[in-house]
Amino acid sequence: MHSTPKSEGDIPARFESGVWGWLNRRTGLDNLLRTALDEPIPGGARFAYIFGSGLLFIFISQVITGIFLALYYVPSADHAHTTVAYITKAVTAGSFLRSLHAYGASAMVVVLFLHLSQTYVYGAYKGRRELLWLSGCALFGLVLAMAFTGYLLPWDQRAYFATAVGTNAVSEIPWIGESIKRLMRGGTEMGTLTISRFFVAHVFLIPAFIFALVASHIFLFRKAGAAGPVNEDPYHPKQDAELFYPRQVLMDLSLTALLIVGLGVLCFFVPVQLGPSANPADAQYVPRPEWYYLPIFQWLKYWHGSAAIIGVLAIPTLLVLAILALPFLDRSVERRPWKRPAAMGAYAFVVFSLVGLGLRSQYLDRHDSGVAQQLAKQRAEEDEYARKPFEPELSSASLAAANVTLADPLAANGKTIFEGQSCNACHGDGGGGTAAAPALLGVKAKFSPDQLADLFKHPTAKMNAGGMPPIDLPPNDLKALIAYVESLK
Amino acid sequence: MFEGAEHSENTTHKSSPPGLSLESRRSFLGGLLGLGSFLVGALLSVPLIRFALFPLLRRTTDLKESSVGALTDFSSLTEPVMRTIQIEQVDGWRKAVSEKAVYVTRDNQGQLRALTSICPHLGCTIPWNKEKNQFACPCHGATFAADGTRVSGPSLRGMDTLETSVQDGQLRVRFQYFRQLVADKEIIG
Ligand code: FES
Repeated sequence: MHSTPKSEGDIPARFESGVWGWLNRRTGLDNLLRTALDEPIPGGARFAYIFGSGLLFIFISQVITGIFLALYYVPSADHAHTTVAYITKAVTAGSFLRSLHAYGASAMVVVLFLHLSQTYVYGAYKGRRELLWLSGCALFGLVLAMAFTGYLLPWDQRAYFATAVGTNAVSEIPWIGESIKRLMRGGTEMGTLTISRFFVAHVFLIPAFIFALVASHIFLFRKAGAAGPVNEDPYHPKQDAELFYPRQVLMDLSLTALLIVGLGVLCFFVPVQLGPSANPADAQYVPRPEWYYLPIFQWLKYWHGSAAIIGVLAIPTLLVLAILALPFLDRSVERRPWKRPAAMGAYAFVVFSLVGLGLRSQYLDRHDSGVAQQLAKQRAEEDEYARKPFEPELSSASLAAANVTLADPLAANGKTIFEGQSCNACHGDGGGGTAAAPALLGVKAKFSPDQLADLFKHPTAKMNAGGMPPIDLPPNDLKALIAYVESLK
Repeated sequence: MFEGAEHSENTTHKSSPPGLSLESRRSFLGGLLGLGSFLVGALLSVPLIRFALFPLLRRTTDLKESSVGALTDFSSLTEPVMRTIQIEQVDGWRKAVSEKAVYVTRDNQGQLRALTSICPHLGCTIPWNKEKNQFACPCHGATFAADGTRVSGPSLRGMDTLETSVQDGQLRVRFQYFRQLVADKEIIG
């Protein structure tokens, strides 16, 4: 606490020569490091202040794991589930990385809540730190939006139905709700457009805002300065300051270490499961959101019809506005929680309400035997799917797809002739065409069967020149061949 | 804890050795933290690297062996028979299934052998000509003996044999494509 900020004069000698010295002269790296580490903390380092850097660590981890997951992921209703199954079941370390990303989202919400609570209980939003509070609130909203949009991307039953309910809840907002829902879904129903929208929001849009806001949050933090303990003046800090480095750094790192070990162990031993692919036709499925959305989920159950305007619009809007306006409404310089009974009461009320709603939702699920049974069945289905080995998706160009169109036995017979006569050597398998001869797809639209029979027996001069021989086949075989060629699409 | 060390240094041991100044203690800690972070970072990047290098360590594209039929079906084989096989091509997380025609015949020692029906000249499908007892390509007239060896015509080599194996009494074949218009068999996929 008696350390004084270092001036530029006493840069250690090893920074003046060699590669380090050169790099330092060109970049000012050492000064940058010092500016970062020599942040004065009024009243000294404390464990209460560790959550911010913990959040930064999780955010960076989410960015890195997210980028890596995108190596194999495809955002479309056709492929999303297969690619996530591939990541989870086939790719080395895939299950671990996906778990890290999914549990990381939960860890983010937990640490964010702790960070916000510490700021609130310590009265750290007071005085000179209004903008810091506002940017923090915006970041909270963005993190919840990330959790919401990311949840859909695996496109399994759980993700699909949770998001269907989530987007449906939006439509409860009076007047504009229905339009917002359609905008989010990219249509009235959930589908491949929904996944594109959620993907773009999750991977491009929201992260861009988060990067910008994290930067401004840190900038505003350094501009306003650390808040210090509860008995510190919120406008003009007076207490002796200790520098961020080394003790606060070590304390912050202890949380990071805890997060690494905790998440690592969790992801290794209890990896996140992938359920069976979304089946929109499944009317039995009982959707449940991720734990941090349970309170909102339960809350929305109480407000339907004309009451929705109060429960879905008025109360949440007022709550959000009150939280945003907090540093402007609460101008007193008192920061000690025991002297702020109203503020602490409000905090306790909100936290208890959220926990209570979450628990209530769980309680109802356990005590409704129909729901409990269905939920258990869904879990069993997930377990069963998770145990199955990875099965590649059949590409649409495949035989199975081609065979579907050949239900007509005559055409199927024609296919054998097409191949037996080596027509496919020049016209390609399935009449897809090659360099030697044109494709036969869609021939039906141009020629009637009689015209085709005529062409087969007497090819035009152009066809002759291209190497097309006249076809000499028994009438029945010719008919079959024509039926097959006409079936090509 | 470091606070305590600095205190004792400044109060009781005023004449501490020059190498143990506050600055050097701080930079020693800094070095330790730097090294620690580097090691933890290296450890954390192991799963990332394994994830990204997956296609390097495992096959992500694969051509599965396909079954041609039971061995007993071919025990009394006297001339080449054409069989349609389904080949499964795995490409990352998807697979394509297609049909290809192959011939099952015997080599000069009487062993079963599988031939692709694709002409090594320019790729037409070669039919078996029963009357002439040889393969005759309809496109440019290349002919091949029953075991696939070249007889006449523009092809520079005999018909291409395919790798076979026997599993559970089933004759299995690995379908492959070969370069056309060259004298030596050369796999292209
Ligand atoms: S393609 Fe068979 S002989 Fe030319």
